[in-house]
Amino acid sequence: MSIIEATGLTKTCKSKSGPVHALAGLDLAVPRGTVKALLGPNGAGKTTVVKMLTTLIRPDAGRAIVDGINVVEDPKTVRRVIGVSGQYAAVDENLTGFENLEMVGRLYHLGGTAARRRAHELIDLFDLTEAGNRPVKGFSDGMRRRIDLAGALVINPKILFLDEPTTGLDPRSRLALWGVIKQLVTDGTTVLLTTQYLEEADQLSDDIAVIDDGRVIAEGTSDQLKAQIGGHRVVVALIDAGDAAAAREVLGRHGDGEPTVSGDGRGIEVAVGDGPRALQRVLADLGAAGIGLHDAGMRRPTLDDVFLKLTGHVADKTADADATDTKLEKVT
Amino acid sequence: MSAAATLPTWTPLTMWYSDGWTVTKRNLTKLKRSPDMLVFAVIQPIMFVLLFSQVYGGAIQVQGTDYTQFLMAGIFAQTVVFGSTFSGSAMAQDLKEGIIDRFRSLPMSGSAVLIGRTNSDLVLNTISMVIMMLTGLVVGWRVNSSFPEFMAGVGLLLLFSYSFSWVMALLGMMVKTPEVINNASFLILFPLTFISNAFVPSDTLPDPLRLFAEWNPVSSLVQAARELFGNVGTAPVPDIWTMQHPILTVLIGVSVMLVVFVPLCIRKFASISSR
Ligand SMILES: Nc1ncnc2c1ncn2[C@@H]1O[C@H](COP(=O)(O)OP(=O)(O)O)[C@@H](O)[C@H]1O
Ligand SMILES: [Mg+2]
Repeated sequence: MSIIEATGLTKTCKSKSGPVHALAGLDLAVPRGTVKALLGPNGAGKTTVVKMLTTLIRPDAGRAIVDGINVVEDPKTVRRVIGVSGQYAAVDENLTGFENLEMVGRLYHLGGTAARRRAHELIDLFDLTEAGNRPVKGFSDGMRRRIDLAGALVINPKILFLDEPTTGLDPRSRLALWGVIKQLVTDGTTVLLTTQYLEEADQLSDDIAVIDDGRVIAEGTSDQLKAQIGGHRVVVALIDAGDAAAAREVLGRHGDGEPTVSGDGRGIEVAVGDGPRALQRVLADLGAAGIGLHDAGMRRPTLDDVFLKLTGHVADKTADADATDTKLEKVT
Repeated sequence: MSAAATLPTWTPLTMWYSDGWTVTKRNLTKLKRSPDMLVFAVIQPIMFVLLFSQVYGGAIQVQGTDYTQFLMAGIFAQTVVFGSTFSGSAMAQDLKEGIIDRFRSLPMSGSAVLIGRTNSDLVLNTISMVIMMLTGLVVGWRVNSSFPEFMAGVGLLLLFSYSFSWVMALLGMMVKTPEVINNASFLILFPLTFISNAFVPSDTLPDPLRLFAEWNPVSSLVQAARELFGNVGTAPVPDIWTMQHPILTVLIGVSVMLVVFVPLCIRKFASISSR
């Protein structure tokens, strides 16, 4: 049985422009000991799901079971086995990092000695020595974030909920956090994390649920999701943007569906069934037409492509920028 | 988790006590680290005592007693009523800063955050009260009653502020920002404390205001404190039950506030979340 099971979660929020369906019948199942990523753009409903599963808000309809316990009927028992780090750091600005963690330990009822011991361990683990003995106020958002993450690990939780855990972290801290998460999973912790970073979902999770408008619109491993939109993509980078129309016509002839042109007009790509074969043909035709190339190749689709295909809009500006950066490097 | 298993078993009562104390300690640390609130709680009452007793005092006549004797109970009451609003703005602040979400995701007692809040504000009010009394003694205020009566007076004022803290805490959880509660409480509490018998005998007020002042619960609190400190003059006490039995009135008011607002607060707390 899954350690997290949610069915039909619904939540409607009031807003100035009328009711907003934060969740519209969301189903989710996370097997014990796995990492599930909820992937979706801003406003998709990720935070709302996490808040429901961690007993912070009640669903209007639907049912959520965490470690065999109904979150609405017995929230306190659920809270004993979970660790939570929300989207916005929940730390006390006037306490030091150490005091924050000790307080959390006491409120998990570890007792004073164990709470202090654990706080020391976490200060080391998260490289917080600097913030350990000074009030959190005045430290960077990244530091605050790390204290909050440490707070989620004060007990070794059976289930760890992380809402956009690496948003606002510098690359080094992000890698360190990935390491911590991977270690926890090895030790048997189940993790539910949300992210807008496609790469992160790919890196960390066993399984991805793509969320949009309060619903799961696709689910599976990242490979399965990528397979859903076809085998490969052929990508070319033109020397002269003036050739774009002609090149587009060539790619369209050999690909499945419409080729897309990137922002500066020089990058063109198209989904294809048989990658190598299509690439050969495209290159031959482009050569015959005398179109000069900077680069050409094929790549596996990224989750960005998945998102675009599933929802008809890009996941997120940041994520999109990341994808453009890495596009040509990934050409194989 | 292994640590939890080796501990003496927690009962709801020990948990409630321990969690309440943990949160109280957290709030007091906060008070210590950002002393502006503490300074305000100390300076403001001193200023009020000096302002009214030294500046206006000479011009205000109270039948049968000197104005400073009459004034002090009024200032005590006003200060504890205003002091309680801190519970509201602090709850709103915690909600805004997100720490409430941390508390609510922990397996702690459902009332601990509120208990901790109202406890630490009681400490703050007690400090204010001691400072005011010392200032009062300096400008000539004297207690003309027995020690037990004096203590009962202090206890009654603090009890009122404690129960009023719960009312404000509920409001604090209902507003969007701490500023709202600060402005709103000022608008409500200003007339409540000034249109009362706190600074002048209510029979000196024009008719509509006099009526308001006589039925004003703050007037009962002031009257009760005056009686217990032996500071009443010979001015006639309005012939209304609440003013004739001010101590009982305050005790009833305190009980009603606690019975109504403690459960409301706990219920509200169980459903709040930041943003
Ligand atoms: N308390 C609330 N009041 C009004 N609207 C809300 C509230 N919480 C969430 N929403 C709306 O519900 C939708 C989903 O929000 P959220 O779960 O925060 O998305 P995500 O975390 O994926 O960005 C958004 O459109 C958001 O504006
Ligand atoms: Mg969110």
